[in-house]
Amino acid sequence: MSKNVLVLADVRDGELRNVTLECLAAGTTAAEGGTVTVAVFGSKGNDMVEKLSHYGADQVLLVTNSELDQYTTDGYFQAFKAVIEKVNPEVILTGHTAVGRDVSPRIAARFDIGMVSDCTAVDLTEGRLVFTRPIYAGKAFVKKSFKEGTVLATLRPNNIPAMEADTSRSATAEELSVDLPADSIRTLVKELVRKASDGVDLSEARVIVSGGRGVKSADGFKPLQELADVLGAAVGASRGACDAEYCDYALQIGQTGKVVTPDLYIACGISGAIQHLAGMSNSKVIVAINKDPEASIFSVADYGIVGDLFEVVPMLTEEFKKLLAEG
Amino acid sequence: MNILVCLKQTFDTEERIAIEDGQISEEGVEFVVNPYDEYAVEEAIRLRDEHGGEVTVITIGPERAEQALRTAMAMGADKGIIVDDEDLESPDENSIAKILASVIGDLEYDIILGGYMAVDDGSAQVGPRLAELLEIPHIATITKLTIDGDRVEVEKDVEGDIEYIESKLPILVTAQQGLNEPRYPSLPGIMKAKKKPLERMDIDDLDIDEDELEGRTETLETYLPPAKEAGKILEGDLDVQAKELVKLLRSEAKVI
Repeated sequence: MSKNVLVLADVRDGELRNVTLECLAAGTTAAEGGTVTVAVFGSKGNDMVEKLSHYGADQVLLVTNSELDQYTTDGYFQAFKAVIEKVNPEVILTGHTAVGRDVSPRIAARFDIGMVSDCTAVDLTEGRLVFTRPIYAGKAFVKKSFKEGTVLATLRPNNIPAMEADTSRSATAEELSVDLPADSIRTLVKELVRKASDGVDLSEARVIVSGGRGVKSADGFKPLQELADVLGAAVGASRGACDAEYCDYALQIGQTGKVVTPDLYIACGISGAIQHLAGMSNSKVIVAINKDPEASIFSVADYGIVGDLFEVVPMLTEEFKKLLAEG
Repeated sequence: MNILVCLKQTFDTEERIAIEDGQISEEGVEFVVNPYDEYAVEEAIRLRDEHGGEVTVITIGPERAEQALRTAMAMGADKGIIVDDEDLESPDENSIAKILASVIGDLEYDIILGGYMAVDDGSAQVGPRLAELLEIPHIATITKLTIDGDRVEVEKDVEGDIEYIESKLPILVTAQQGLNEPRYPSLPGIMKAKKKPLERMDIDDLDIDEDELEGRTETLETYLPPAKEAGKILEGDLDVQAKELVKLLRSEAKVI
């Protein structure tokens, strides 16, 4: 039975995030031939219509108020609510990102509907939409479904493959006017400071180079950063490294901290405490570099090198440079 | 200042997970205050010490969850409310947010704190849902909080970047790691906590229709991920291993 699907686009720094294309893939599955509508908030939405259509959007709704260029919960909430009331979707999908996980639960509460967060797969099983999501940071998984009512889910970036772009597709674009009075936005963003300066976001990174207590100091992260730069990777850390103040908590990967699933995870000087393994063991390929051959990180690693990371990591950086120069 | 903290008792993060009869087994498990909620408790105590007032900690859970409230009271919270969830059938985030809203609806408060997510279900829904039900604003994943009169200033973690946000009381905020360093309960604190007031409630005590509390979603299956097999430990001189690894990542694993 075909369904009306709504995807809320995730825009960061005026750019469409990949997770939106992944939502379009899941949305196309869920729609079973029905219409997939994407809502884009902010003044740059028009630039994204073509790309969205290539990746599965049938219809694009633009709410172009410049107040929406900066995310605020109330601004997005009002626009999201207006879009839902217009589209009247049976399925609503968005990314499990700073935006999606902030506004969606409020929408769920307002419309009195269920919500499944942080899904890593969406399947159609005997006509029912089934959402897979990790619990205990990936130590276990559940499959969830909706008893009744509108389906609302946030999808974890980097798990559901986007479809191949089909440049023959096109979508209709329509502007939706939403009134956002200044006093309806109760939280005011005064300033945004970039700390994730290296540009590669951990949750969406294809490659992560991660350090533990073995890096020994804040300076010890330098060789890891150099390797990450060569690979276009993000740098992460274990709780041990964060607690020892070698790096910021924003980098922490684990059951507290971020859960990541990159294609390649390179663990340097990380022993592999269970709370760290929970945050990264679903990565596709894991490399462990550790002096201690008994370290439990080796039990989840696809490839291991027993050795001093300060020797091994610079060697890897050189080897990757050579390889990537060859193309 | 009336300060409320919503918290959840969770498995210690060092626990392994086992499944029995299709459910997560609790046998032999060590329970703790959800680490993100612990930041909220600490922040609440600091606010109270600075501005005066009272910290009330609220939880929903079985009998054992009282221990989490006692821990928060040993840290310094003044009193607790526990809602027994045993009569609830397959609750989800809808149920939990509505129970909290119902309990809190009868209380006076200036600010509500909680962790931004729990380390077990990890859905990060209850805080924002609760704020919506109470018709107050929320700010999630905060790493700094300052209150001056009814003015609220926070630093919010946005996937590694920081937003400086201003708002007003009443508000709900959810704690991100880095907000503070939670204190350990002192021995006198633990002794005192035993005597602090604790109110027990059942779902029946709430002024809410049970149908309203029913989970909107259902769990079809709970399972463990396939065990990861240990891979290849490379051998030889380190520079040879480095070469070998890079080659394998390209030709065998095909990730580079």
